[in-house]
Amino acid sequence: MLLSIKNLHASINGKEILKGVNLEVNNGEIHAIMGPNGTGKSTLASVIAGRDVFETTSGEILYKGKNLQKLSIEERACEGIFLGFQYPVEIPGVSMTNFMRTAVNEIRKYKGLDALSGSEFIKLMEEKKKLVEITSNLTNRSVNEGFSGGEKKKNEIFQMAMLEPMLAILDETDSGLDIDALRIVANGVNKLRRPDNAFVVITHYQRLLDYIVPDFVHVLYEGKIVKSGGKELALELEDRGYDWIKKELGE
Amino acid sequence: MDTDSNKIIDEVTQGDYKYGFVTDIETEFAPRGITEETVRYISTKKNEPGFMLEFRLKAFRHWLTMTQPKWAHLTIDPINFQDIIYFAAPKKKENLEKLDQVDPELLATFNKLGISLEEQKKMTGVAVDAVMDSVSVKTTFSETLSKYGIIFCSFSEAVQKHPDLIKQYMGSVVPYTDNYFAALNSAVFSDGSFCYIPKGVRCPIELSTYFRINAANTGQFERTLIVAEEGAYVSYMEGCTAPQRDENQLHAAIVEIVAMKDAEVKYSTVQNWYPGDKNGKGGIYNFVTKRGICKGNNAKISWTQVETGSSITWKYPGCILLGDNSVGEFYSVAVTNNHQQADTGSKMIHLGKNTRSIIISKGISAGKGQNSYRGLVKVTKNAINSRNYSQCDSLLLGSQCGAHTFPYIQVGNKSSVVEHEATTSKISEDQLFYCQQRGIDTESAIGLIVNGYAKEVLKQLPMEFAVEAQKLLSISLEGSVG
Ligand SMILES: Nc1ncnc2c1ncn2[C@@H]1O[C@H](COP(=O)(O)OP(=O)(O)O)[C@@H](O)[C@H]1O
Ligand SMILES: [Mg+2]
Repeated sequence: MLLSIKNLHASINGKEILKGVNLEVNNGEIHAIMGPNGTGKSTLASVIAGRDVFETTSGEILYKGKNLQKLSIEERACEGIFLGFQYPVEIPGVSMTNFMRTAVNEIRKYKGLDALSGSEFIKLMEEKKKLVEITSNLTNRSVNEGFSGGEKKKNEIFQMAMLEPMLAILDETDSGLDIDALRIVANGVNKLRRPDNAFVVITHYQRLLDYIVPDFVHVLYEGKIVKSGGKELALELEDRGYDWIKKELGE
Repeated sequence: MDTDSNKIIDEVTQGDYKYGFVTDIETEFAPRGITEETVRYISTKKNEPGFMLEFRLKAFRHWLTMTQPKWAHLTIDPINFQDIIYFAAPKKKENLEKLDQVDPELLATFNKLGISLEEQKKMTGVAVDAVMDSVSVKTTFSETLSKYGIIFCSFSEAVQKHPDLIKQYMGSVVPYTDNYFAALNSAVFSDGSFCYIPKGVRCPIELSTYFRINAANTGQFERTLIVAEEGAYVSYMEGCTAPQRDENQLHAAIVEIVAMKDAEVKYSTVQNWYPGDKNGKGGIYNFVTKRGICKGNNAKISWTQVETGSSITWKYPGCILLGDNSVGEFYSVAVTNNHQQADTGSKMIHLGKNTRSIIISKGISAGKGQNSYRGLVKVTKNAINSRNYSQCDSLLLGSQCGAHTFPYIQVGNKSSVVEHEATTSKISEDQLFYCQQRGIDTESAIGLIVNGYAKEVLKQLPMEFAVEAQKLLSISLEGSVG
């Protein structure tokens, strides 16, 4: 098993956001997490990535059988956890090329590999740009600076392709995309899919799941996964909204 | 920013200084303190012509009438000017014409600093004048340059060999009456570099001076003079380091640049004097007067500085834009970490018509550092159709540091436009998390973000310097040693 989350509770500034999350992800699987706004989807992603503004109060996260608690954010990244951000930040003056080269080489160093030379790196970058169908010169620009919403999301997929993670969590990567961009994002995921890696896709929309077919769909509601099912669950949610789930929960 | 990320930043910004070694070398000192006798001693030691002694004495007498300025946003412990040694020289062999006659300890020192004084290593393509304590140790490439009629030598040598040029230009841009520290320098300056580019000559290589303070309790007072004749071009770089000591040491330099019609001078500094320890003990007091004059039409002077060292920095490189259409530029990155303080900026004085100036200042404060931008843009009545654009950005790392901006703007005519923009930002936890999530640790992330922030300035530096400056910026903010 790649990821196993048991009874996870997490809070920020004393306010509990995650209230007992359980989730198991095996190699080769795609999981979709859906749910209303503000229920803790991004928080869950951040906690898995190790963001320290959130405090894990109880429960545990096992990744490749190891407890993640003791690993720093960058160690988790080097171990193969990737987060596609809902709101990618801008880093003025730092070119994407420089940023990615630093990232790729830090991860290689962690794995005991030599740094890529300039030309090797450029070659890798061109390859991956092609893979995720990025034609523009995003890589010459500063990280996310002045990028459109769609460009930012494509840039997340590009970075995922560059870093080849084992576990990729994509947080609303489809929000605000037109149909062409959506297809590019989905194709990126499908091309990077391997029997040994896994994806957790956080989304509000069934339409993404037409392209990326999930093995499991989960509903996160008020800090808990309250319902899980196959890909049909997404269609049902699209049809009926979340109210019926609330009713089931007796609210 | 929340306390967590402040804590992270605080931890990684406690850097150590890696140039803090002392070279064990026989040194000759002037008696401690300053009197007319000290001034005469220095002049005699340097075997100077009469006009030099006269200049020094006038400056000294003027200095006695002055008081140390207090207007800067700096907290300075009282300086006991009688406790300083004003002249220290590595004990010389008779003749330093050939490199193999330079003391091997000295060569080793400069090698340790990454400065090659061996002309054989011509691959670097940079001519170097190395100044240790008060004396120029060795100037490389002088012979090659002389083929172009370029003079590049120590100030002392220029006094001996080109007294007319020195007489004509010394003090013409920064008179000894200019300010307290300029007067002091003019009285006791020991050495520095002189550079003269004749009419129509583009200097084919970068010129560079490397300053090193070694001896204890010693002040370093160097003086640089650059003259670019009509249509000449030169790019000049200056680097500085000092050993780690518990006491503060005084450094008061003067740089003067004269650019004639159509001439261009680029002056780049990477200042890395010892900044003091984490508790603010020791460090160099850096009081510097740097000024250039665009004497002829279409002349251009550009200052680029990366200031990471010194416990106190007080400097305002400026341009007097006398010629019509002349251009002055100032690009600065100043880092204050731990207890460092900097009060720095630029002065642009527009006298000619259609003159242009640009000021880009990037302050970075960490620890308990205090960073002030202070700038004067003055456009006189006759300087019609002139333009200035100033941009002063401050980046704060942590919550105990400070950034301040003091712009002074005086515009004397209606056709000129002066623009000033200022921003203050912090490295956000979001940015750090984003970098770390990509596998980049906090230290490297801060290095990346800070270098990105300073990019506009760093890209002005000559290639040879840019890489060093980038590393220095990261190192001065990181905890990494070596
Ligand atoms: N940095 C933060 N500080 C305070 N509250 C936060 C922070 N981040 C998220 N929250 C709160 O946590 C809850 C869950 O947010 P989030 O995980 O972003 O939800 P979702 O991604 O499902 O829309 C919300 O009530 C939100 O206001
Ligand atoms: Mg969210």
